[in-house]
Amino acid sequence: MSDQTHMHVEHDIAPGDEEQHSVGERIIGYVVGLGLALLLTATSFFIAGTDLVWQPSIPVALIVLAIAQMGVHLVFFLHITTGPDNTNNVLALAFGLLVVFLVVGGTVWIMSHLNQNMPPMDQFIRMHS
Amino acid sequence: MSMTATVGRAHADPHHIGVVVEHPGPAPKRTVTAYGFWVFLLSDIVMFSCFFAAYAVLVSQTADGPKGSEIFEQRNVAIETVCLLLSSFTCGMASIAADVRNRFWFYLGMTVTCVLGLIFLAIEFREFADLVSRGYGPSRSAFLSAFFSLVGCHGLHVSAGVLWLLTMMAQVFAKGFRADVLRRMMCFALFWHALDIIWVGVFSVVYLLGSGV
Repeated sequence: MSDQTHMHVEHDIAPGDEEQHSVGERIIGYVVGLGLALLLTATSFFIAGTDLVWQPSIPVALIVLAIAQMGVHLVFFLHITTGPDNTNNVLALAFGLLVVFLVVGGTVWIMSHLNQNMPPMDQFIRMHS
Repeated sequence: MSMTATVGRAHADPHHIGVVVEHPGPAPKRTVTAYGFWVFLLSDIVMFSCFFAAYAVLVSQTADGPKGSEIFEQRNVAIETVCLLLSSFTCGMASIAADVRNRFWFYLGMTVTCVLGLIFLAIEFREFADLVSRGYGPSRSAFLSAFFSLVGCHGLHVSAGVLWLLTMMAQVFAKGFRADVLRRMMCFALFWHALDIIWVGVFSVVYLLGSGV
């Protein structure tokens, strides 16, 4: 008897699966996620086309809003949580994010340096004549 | 006796750091399948990050062709975004219906998801056809090559998702809510939600950031 409860406690939860909830609670979770995602999307589109805010802050704001919306999707739609039964899912996600940041950040970094240090030939000649 | 002690300590420290617990045996098949698919999705996202990196590098290499701000139409992108977001929501409703084995809501949710996905694809296809007919095809400049590969790759994923969606409806129709069908349905829901996450990156980085430059 106690063995069975023990086994129940130990198993991980599948990504996308939720802990035991009633149907109503699950639907509310999706509705909250949809509302937050719509709000963040609307803010993104509004910020991109407005003159109300300082222009150089717009790209940063867009990136922050995008990351926030991805977080909303992960929590409310994919049900990735910080719970103990979700450790494996979060670790896989963390490794995926590490690779994504290495690829994107590394590429942008290296290529911008190459652009600065190796300008096209005509520009190079203009610089030295 | 020792069992109760372990459970008691596990309760105090839910992550079991430094606590030796008896191995509970293999995880249920549903967990194993979904976890494997989750790892595939993450590798798919890594692949998309390469396309994003290529786009970020090539975005200014327009070869005297059009810039992003000259060819993007924000209104279409907004409609596409809302379609995909709502389809993610209805896909979630369909997976709840599958879990409680309610055929009517399952078919309804999947049908709405399918229609919204097809609207998204139609808008995207029209945008691509319009660009190509104006001479701004992928061979025009490095920027357009990167744009077509990134957005087109996402579009291909959505097309594959729609085919998978129809397969799932057919399987539920023919086989009912069997355990293996429910596992596939779960993987499909993960896939569809992940596509929406990638689209968040696409519309933010390509369309919104690009229209400002």
